[in-house]
Amino acid sequence: MRPRTHPLLLAFAGLVFVFLLGPLVIILGAALSDTSFLTFPPRGLTLHWFANVFQVEAFKRTMLTSFLLAIGGTALSMTIGIPAAYALARYRIVLPRALANLFVLPILIPEIVMGFSLMKSLAIGWGMPIVASLLIGHALLVLPYCVRVVGASLNAFDFSIEEAAVSLGCPRWRAFFIVVLPNVKPGIIAGFILAFITSLNDVSVSIFLTGPGVSTLPIQLLAHMEQFFDPTIASVSVLLMFVTVAVMAVVERTLGLTFLTK
Amino acid sequence: MTVSLTIDNVTADYGTTRVLEDLSLHVAEGELVSLLGASGCGKTTTLRLVAGFLQPVAGSIRLGDRDLTRLPPHARNIGLVFQTYALFPHLTVRANVEFGLKQRGVGGSDRRRRAADMIDRVGLQGLADRYPANLSGGQRQRVALARALVIDPPLLMFDEPLSNLDARLRVDMRVEIRRLQQANGTTALYVTHDQEEAFSISDRVAIMNAGRIMQLDRPEVLYSCPANAFVADFVGFENMIPMRAVLESGDAVRARMADGTMLMLPKDRFTVPAQDFLLAARPEGLEVALEERPDGIPARLGLRTYLGRGYQYQCSTPAGEITAHGPLTQPYEPGMTAHLVPRPEQCCLLPAEPA
Repeated sequence: MRPRTHPLLLAFAGLVFVFLLGPLVIILGAALSDTSFLTFPPRGLTLHWFANVFQVEAFKRTMLTSFLLAIGGTALSMTIGIPAAYALARYRIVLPRALANLFVLPILIPEIVMGFSLMKSLAIGWGMPIVASLLIGHALLVLPYCVRVVGASLNAFDFSIEEAAVSLGCPRWRAFFIVVLPNVKPGIIAGFILAFITSLNDVSVSIFLTGPGVSTLPIQLLAHMEQFFDPTIASVSVLLMFVTVAVMAVVERTLGLTFLTK
Repeated sequence: MTVSLTIDNVTADYGTTRVLEDLSLHVAEGELVSLLGASGCGKTTTLRLVAGFLQPVAGSIRLGDRDLTRLPPHARNIGLVFQTYALFPHLTVRANVEFGLKQRGVGGSDRRRRAADMIDRVGLQGLADRYPANLSGGQRQRVALARALVIDPPLLMFDEPLSNLDARLRVDMRVEIRRLQQANGTTALYVTHDQEEAFSISDRVAIMNAGRIMQLDRPEVLYSCPANAFVADFVGFENMIPMRAVLESGDAVRARMADGTMLMLPKDRFTVPAQDFLLAARPEGLEVALEERPDGIPARLGLRTYLGRGYQYQCSTPAGEITAHGPLTQPYEPGMTAHLVPRPEQCCLLPAEPA
C-alpha cells in the first residue's frame, strides 16, 4: 500500500514550484517578445533576441571567455582539489579535522568579500593580468565543490585496493593513476560539472576581477542591462539556464543527482 | 623458488603508541605460520610491516637473503590477500589476475596464458570476463587468491581472508588456501582471529597479545601444552587455579590452594613445574566424582547446562567458580556435593607468573 500524501503537503509543494519556476517562465516569455524593451507577457513572438546574442560582439566575446574561464578555472581547481581530497581521505585518521574544513572556506566566506579581497591582493596588490586573476579567483571559488564531491567518492573508496596494486608491484604514484582515479571517476566528473556551472554563472567574484577588455558573460549581461534593457538580457539568461539544465540532465542520466548531495 | 621469512627484533609504533615490542619470528621455507589473536594484538601490524605499508622503528625483516626493511612495498614481491578482497572494481577478473604480471612487464601472450591457467586453478572457469561486482563473496576471494598467486611470489600473506564469508564457505576456502599453498610450496604468513581456522591449516601458530608473541608452536602443542596462562586461557583452559606445592611424598605431590584446601597430585599423572604453579583445566578436564577423593577439589554443583556431548556444571569450590563437565549418562542435581578430579590429558600445570 502506498503511503497517503497529505493534500496540504501537495498544495505546499505546488506553491514552491510556482515560486521557483514562475520567474523563469517570465524570462522565457520576455526573451521571445517582439518589442525592443523587456516586457511580460510577450507581445508577438520572435527568436530575434536569441540571434542578437550571437551577433553582438561583446556577448560573443564574453561567452567564449566565460566558457574558457569555467573550463580553465575548474581544471586548475581540480589539479589542487583532487590531490587534496586524496590526502584528506587517505590520511583522515592522522590529519586534523580542521584541515578538511579549510577547503570549504570559500563557500562560507561571502562571495562579494572574496571577490573584493582577491581584487585587492591579486589585481591591485600584485598587479596580475586580468585573465590570470580571473582564473585564480574562479579556481578558488569552485575549490570547495572539487574537494567535497571528489572527497565523497574517495571516502567510499577502499584503500586496500590501492595497497593491493602496490603489493602487485605497482609504484604508488602509478597506482594513483591506474587504480584510484578510474574508481573515483564519477566523483571527478560530477565535481567538474558542478564547479563548471558555478564558475559559468558567477557574478560576485568576477565583477571585481574583470577589467578593460576582459569580461564574462554574466558581467556583460549586467553592463548591457544598464545601457539597453532589451530582451537580449532575457535570452542570455535563458541560454545560461539552458546550459545549466542540460549539464545537470547529463549528470542525472549518468550519475544521478543524488550524487551531488551526498 | 621457496625462501624463508625472518623478522628480527622488530618494534613498531603507531603514533605514540607502541604496537609491537621486539618481535622475532621465523617462517621456514614452504611453511604456513598463522598469527592468531584478538583485535589490537599486533597481528595485522606485523603483516603490514612485512608488506612494507608500515615502517618499523627498530629491527629488520628479511626474505631469504634479501633485506626488505627499507625496500618500498611495490618492490617486495609479496602476494597479499586482503580481508575485503580489494579487487580492482573497474577491471574484469582476467584483468585483475593479469595486473601483477603487467607490472612485471610479462608480455601479452605469456601473460594471457598464465592468467588463464591460474583462473582455472582456483576454479573460476568461465568467469574471466565478469567484473568483481558480479561475483559472490567466495568467487571474489578466489580472484584475490589467483591475483596473488599468479605472480609466483616467494611469500604469500593473508589478512583475515575469510572473515567476510559465511561459515560453510569459510571451511571450504581455508582448505582451498592450504591446498594451493602446499601445491606451490609457497612460504605463507596468515593472520586470523579464528582459532579453529589457524589451527586447521597452519604448520605453526603464533598466539599474540599486546604486541608480543606469547607462544609459537605446532597447533597440537599449543592445544595440549600451553606455555603460559594467557595461551592456556586462549585455547580453552577456562579454569585457572593457583596452587603451592607443600609436600612431596612417595608417588604424589600435595598442593595447597589459596584458602588452605589440600589437593593430591599423583606423580604418574602430573609433573609439578615449580613450587608456585597454576592448575589450568578445560571444563572436560575435571571429572565430577560424587565420592570423596583426595585427588579432587571439593565442590558444590550449581547450574547445569546441556551441551550434547555431556552436561556442564557451574561449581562453587574453595578456589572460586569452576566450570566442569559431567557424564551424559547421569545428570546430577544442583546442590549436590562432589569432587572435581583433574584429568591429566585435559589439564596442565603452569609455573605461576609474577604478578
